[in-house]
Amino acid sequence: MTETKANEQMVHLTINNIPVEVPKGTKVMQAAAKIGIDIPHLCYHEDQRAKARCRLCSVEVTGKRRLLAACSTEVWEGMEVHTDTPIVRDTQVAILQLMLANHNQDCLNCARNQNCDLQRLCSRFNILHSNLPNVVKPEPRISTNPSIVRDPSKCIRCGRCVRACKDVQGIEALTYAGRSSDIIVTTAFKKPMETTDCVLCGQCSLVCPTGAIVEKDDTDAVLDALQDPKKHVIVQVAPSVRVALGDAFGMEPGEIVTGQMVTALRLLGFDKVFDTNFGADLTIMEEGSEFLSRLQNGGVLPMITSCSPGWVNFMEKRFGDFTKHLSSAKSPMSMFGAIAKTYYPEKAGIDVKDIVTVSIMPCTAKKYEASRPEMGRNGIPDVDIVLTTRELIKLIKYVGITFKQLPESDFDSPLGTGSGAAAIFGVTGGVMEAALRTVYEKFTGKTLPKLEFEDVRGFKGIKEAEVDLGTRKVKVAIVHTLKNARVVMEQVQKGESPYDFIEIMACPGGCIGGGGQPIGTTNEIRKKRIEALYQLDKSLPLRKSHENPDIITLYKDFLGEPLSEKAHELLHTHYHKVAPLYEFD
Amino acid sequence: MRDIKFLTKNFGKYDTSSIDSYLSIGGFDALKKAVTMEPTAISDLIASVKVKGRGGAEYDMGRKWSQARDVKGDNKLLICNADEGETTTFKDRELIKNDPFNLLEAMIIGAYVVGAVEGFIYMRGEYACYRPLLLDAMRQCREKGFLGKNILGKGFDFDIKLYSGAGAYVCGEGTALIRSIEGKAGRPRMKPPFIKVSGAFARPTCLNNVESFSIVPHLLLDEKGEYASCGSGNSIGTKMVSVAGNVNRPGVFEIPFGTTVREIIYDLAGGVQHNHGIRLIQFGGASGKIADASILDTPYTYEALRGAGVMVGSGGILVIDERTSVLDFLRMNQDFFSEESCGQCTPCREGNLHIKIILDKMAEGKATEEDLRVMEKIARVMSMSSLCGLGETAQNTLMSAMRVFPEVFQAGGAR
Repeated sequence: MTETKANEQMVHLTINNIPVEVPKGTKVMQAAAKIGIDIPHLCYHEDQRAKARCRLCSVEVTGKRRLLAACSTEVWEGMEVHTDTPIVRDTQVAILQLMLANHNQDCLNCARNQNCDLQRLCSRFNILHSNLPNVVKPEPRISTNPSIVRDPSKCIRCGRCVRACKDVQGIEALTYAGRSSDIIVTTAFKKPMETTDCVLCGQCSLVCPTGAIVEKDDTDAVLDALQDPKKHVIVQVAPSVRVALGDAFGMEPGEIVTGQMVTALRLLGFDKVFDTNFGADLTIMEEGSEFLSRLQNGGVLPMITSCSPGWVNFMEKRFGDFTKHLSSAKSPMSMFGAIAKTYYPEKAGIDVKDIVTVSIMPCTAKKYEASRPEMGRNGIPDVDIVLTTRELIKLIKYVGITFKQLPESDFDSPLGTGSGAAAIFGVTGGVMEAALRTVYEKFTGKTLPKLEFEDVRGFKGIKEAEVDLGTRKVKVAIVHTLKNARVVMEQVQKGESPYDFIEIMACPGGCIGGGGQPIGTTNEIRKKRIEALYQLDKSLPLRKSHENPDIITLYKDFLGEPLSEKAHELLHTHYHKVAPLYEFD
Repeated sequence: MRDIKFLTKNFGKYDTSSIDSYLSIGGFDALKKAVTMEPTAISDLIASVKVKGRGGAEYDMGRKWSQARDVKGDNKLLICNADEGETTTFKDRELIKNDPFNLLEAMIIGAYVVGAVEGFIYMRGEYACYRPLLLDAMRQCREKGFLGKNILGKGFDFDIKLYSGAGAYVCGEGTALIRSIEGKAGRPRMKPPFIKVSGAFARPTCLNNVESFSIVPHLLLDEKGEYASCGSGNSIGTKMVSVAGNVNRPGVFEIPFGTTVREIIYDLAGGVQHNHGIRLIQFGGASGKIADASILDTPYTYEALRGAGVMVGSGGILVIDERTSVLDFLRMNQDFFSEESCGQCTPCREGNLHIKIILDKMAEGKATEEDLRVMEKIARVMSMSSLCGLGETAQNTLMSAMRVFPEVFQAGGAR
């Protein structure tokens, strides 16, 4: 809700004869919410511009011949709104029935069963039997990539995914084709998503109200591995999962559930529960050193972070001639995987062939990253299976764990220690802040007077900061969403980028707002998760990556120095241009 | 019936390929007069004779122009809607074909009134054969200084582009038309923002139908008040109607408001083929409403037609004789909308599909009472809650048929 400001013009209206006062410009839907009336909606999403296409939010307004869409109609002085008249009820029920008739209703076989907006509304409006014939066109599920599965027969043409792809990411991989009852949401020329401009970020799956776009489900593979007595199954969990997982179990958005999460993973049967934050600290060691090396030796600048696979895909597809700007350091997930498949078996005395590495990620594109041949060696992938936060929720429910009541426990050693710097990897600005903490101290040899870099924090799309390293000032930028990434990349393309170091994350707010996070993730919730991760950082005794004792040991016992030959072999990679499917020039 | 030529007075009077020929019959005299007048005096004049938008929405044109003038902005657009996609409607085609310079003159006057700097004619793709005529007329206007910079030395600039549609009916709807001009798929969008504030390319836009524009030059030169002497009430002046269907002389006719439906069908359009009886008459194209023969003595005015349960709409009049059943006619009409819905909003996209299914069941004699009840409900929901005018009016014909021909809507589908 918009907060009331002193100079704001207020508008008075009635909704179902109840007087309401709201600021000018408020939409009927928000005015109704203020007095506790939830006007049903499907195409409307609080983070998107109104589309007014599902028409489910139609309301009656005195003096108006037709019903008006509550999502897009601004209130006016003296307006009389009715949300419960016979024609409004008839319209809501009719629209739901029309949608149902053209919706593949195999709800029991659906990833979104019991978490579906259409299902919820049909239940709310007591739709007991449809009076319309089924008109769904049989269409196969489209499962051609490791990340995202589409089921066109479940699409209700609300257009949320199209808006997310266009307005948030600026990609427009999804669009409409055809018209009348043949209209569909599809890709250009109906090509498989991964061959189009799509970067597999999964923001579409996060806003889809039904099961038309979902993550590729890999829970069975994990269950199989867990049941296999020969396999030593280890799991790593990304920083942003621990502040999102609780949402699905009736906890407050942004609640930090690390301890319960670790317990739940143990109960699921993982042999070791490790922390991607360890990988994040390792990333800072390598990426920070790489940046310092580029800075001191005249390397390619700006250097741009490469831990967000949606962003890396975008770079390879859209700015493929500039991949040399990407840090060669692998993502925390893949670094962790590489260590888990080399150092760890050596240390634990286990045959690498028996190790299965699972990662729990907020991200659909991570599934693709794990499948890249670059992320592994001798045919052994760094990471075997990636689950999204949503799939972990399913596993926890499947096993029957009462998550909220679980006792807390700690990550296993030796790959379970992470610094506060690593924790904030999950938010936009966090990688930069973590890197700056290490880069500053390594470059100047001095201790940072203040650990918090306030300029790199916040939800703004493109943030800038300048950091004084004594002999040199470093100009940095922090970018989230690919729409904003395009802006800074066009500067790079023109050779006009004023920055030395850029952090880019594909998803709004960073990984805490990732495409694999719980359904219902909104910008409001993203902001709470961001606060939570900063809180977590603040609460930890260890807040700099280079002070992580397990990381220090790892270098001493195994890797040598950052950027050493071994580090390069295991922890670095190369990115390459991917030719677009079609060129319009 | 009063024989009057007002909008059609130039038809056949000049060589439409020559601006000199147009000038020789007094062409551009209206523009020359207009630029000596206050713009508001022109919109007041239009309002004084109660010109209603002739595209079908019946919006007060003088008011539209004065509102367009009041909108702030120095890059306003003026668009002529020549999409004329409504079935049975081909009056604009006659105006373009027989008097292209009058339309251009009208648009220039419109630009002067509302303060537009650029204009578009959005013409339906099927009228491609008139593109050379219009483009050449525009070129000649530019050569003579009626289009371009500093028109008539009055310090205002205006030029026109011709844009051809690709055949979608929905592109006659204002917001879809605008998206089409922008090069996007022609699908309507929600309002607000309203076109007058943020139309094509987010510029303030004034959008009028060909016939609405065409009235203006004649009106400015109508010193004797001939136009105002026709009609009564809110239906003043003349109207272009196009008559089609089972009549002997289908065509376009200019009638003074108040002419009866019988006079239009029997005197102007030559009566019903083979002297058949009339099954129904559809007014205003596929999105219009229907009546039976009892409407014949109703005067053709906005008020009287509305009183008789139909509307002027696009000005199309489709006569269906007794050889065609009401149900077959409804199914044909429904096929049109099942094809032409843009598919964005649920009621129109899915509603048209299901109404078609039920009409087909009626034809097979298999419709149940529940089917009929559902059909009526969907039709009502569509008209009440669709995103744009297409969905709102798509079931006008069906809903009026339910009133006029209740015997058709019996379980089992009696014909």
